[in-house]
Amino acid sequence: MSEVAITVDHVAQRFGSTEIFHDVTFDVKTGEVFVVLGGSGCGKSTLLKQMIGLRAPSAGHISVLGHDVVRERANVRQTIGVMFQSGALFGSMNLLDNIILPLSIFTDLPAAARAEIARVKLALVGLADAAYKMPAEISGGMAKRAAIARALALDPPVLFLDEPSAGLDPITSAGLDRLILNLRDTLGSTFVVVTHELQSILAIADRCVMLDRAARGMIALGVPKELQTQSQDATVRAFFNREPL
Amino acid sequence: MTPAQFDTSDEAGRPTLRLSGALTAASLSAVWKPAAEFARKASAGLTIDLSNAAMIDTSGAAFILALERASSGAEITGASDNALKLLDTLRHSTPETLPQKPKIAGDASPGLIANLITRVSFLGDTVIASLALPGRLRFLRGADFFRIAERAGIQALPLVVMLGFLIGMILAFQSAIPMRQFGADLYVANLVAISLFRELGPLLCAVILAGRTGSAFAAELGTMTVNEEVAALATMGVDPETMLVLPRMAASMMVMPALVVAIDLAGLLGMGVVLMLLGFPPAAILAQVIATTGPSDFLLGMMKGVIFAGVIAVIGCRAGLTAGLGPRAVGEAATSAVVGGIVATVVLDGLFAVVFYRLGL
Repeated sequence: MSEVAITVDHVAQRFGSTEIFHDVTFDVKTGEVFVVLGGSGCGKSTLLKQMIGLRAPSAGHISVLGHDVVRERANVRQTIGVMFQSGALFGSMNLLDNIILPLSIFTDLPAAARAEIARVKLALVGLADAAYKMPAEISGGMAKRAAIARALALDPPVLFLDEPSAGLDPITSAGLDRLILNLRDTLGSTFVVVTHELQSILAIADRCVMLDRAARGMIALGVPKELQTQSQDATVRAFFNREPL
Repeated sequence: MTPAQFDTSDEAGRPTLRLSGALTAASLSAVWKPAAEFARKASAGLTIDLSNAAMIDTSGAAFILALERASSGAEITGASDNALKLLDTLRHSTPETLPQKPKIAGDASPGLIANLITRVSFLGDTVIASLALPGRLRFLRGADFFRIAERAGIQALPLVVMLGFLIGMILAFQSAIPMRQFGADLYVANLVAISLFRELGPLLCAVILAGRTGSAFAAELGTMTVNEEVAALATMGVDPETMLVLPRMAASMMVMPALVVAIDLAGLLGMGVVLMLLGFPPAAILAQVIATTGPSDFLLGMMKGVIFAGVIAVIGCRAGLTAGLGPRAVGEAATSAVVGGIVATVVLDGLFAVVFYRLGL
């Protein structure tokens, strides 16, 4: 776990005259579960969009596996899988077809092989029995798991998950956490997870960066348990110890 | 990275499949079918040798599990600890029997009957809501009513006038050619006026209303249904029929007479332009129209239009309120509203024709 998978270098985001954050700098190591955390409105999802190449930073650079996310977008997209906050499953396709879609576009596998791989990915997230269900027929937790299965379709080395546990019950949430760790351990995948679910952060994160709306930037970078006990920053302490500021 | 490859051997009567290179989704396409075929033929006693496999991801693991299943169990040798762990994970999460694709044949008939029942019960609910309206006036929002009336009526007016004018011109041109052979060109005015007032005016307005307003009702209420806004109203004790359907129905019925008048006048104008081009003076054309048509033609057409509008609005609202889930549902609701509105209009028009004939109107 030593090679750098993602580099975020002095990144800033402004919307007109409003600055969301500035000078955000960190590395994500290969095989690491790295969490981007912070309160609502601090720019977590914006930073994620920058990291996956959907939004160009106002300043600074981001690279994924050595490719600049703005200039080498096509190369980056072949190496990442993304789970969006809402799941973003295609509503006109059943779950199996949602996962087969990227396999059909990016591989020459025969149809039976694509279906077999898609079934295994669904089984991996515990949805083997729901293969032929439509996205509208499944719960929010199932949709998030199916979205993870779709993100895994091509086994990308880097996965980005936006709020995987938001709105889920503790059991489903813990199951997702276990799945992330399992995939990290068995595949050596690198995960960047955007979340503010404290239990989830403590369960899965090797390291984390904390953004803060008031500071308009990052206020902490490190191992969550160490930040919880050793941070001198009042906001970081309040966040990790669930205390009002 | 080396693409996936395989070779086979038969050592001491035990078939062996040696996989090498990267066993990933991107590199398995060439080996999947022949390797699976070999595994199927080898049946029990197959050995899968992974000692030369450079990399195995979940797609590669799915491939190995497929080979295991094809051979009814196989021994795996030479796998790394990580590969074994991944295979174990997938083996435990993948059920022995996978779900079958659902069969959809035979769904049409029960669906049709259920759909018919829903339509009839919705109509009943709307009638009940109308009767109970005096006690539920606070559910109505005046602003909504006028907004709907503006969209269904005023905003549709340019289209209605343009279509009416063109239809009047087309009818006049098409009928003038054969009637000229009998020296009866002037009677084109009678023909166009009667068909516009009694039939085409309300019918064309109904088609326009179904296409513009019925579909808009379905899309708007369908989105509200998908977003659970209708459920939220129901939990507040607000009857969706009263708050959402009745204002739309009333607004549509209120604007329809104006649309019918507009299309009738525009049609007459179009017809007049053609007849003037054929050399008839405006006074003669107007005299023909006045002599042939009476207030009853005009009023019957308007009455039909009002009833068409009410039915189209109810059908549009029903399509929206009974929309399914997911992004396709709203589109299907809009389609259903337009098709249902036009079909219902034509069926009702046929019934009116029979009734008016029997009544001598």
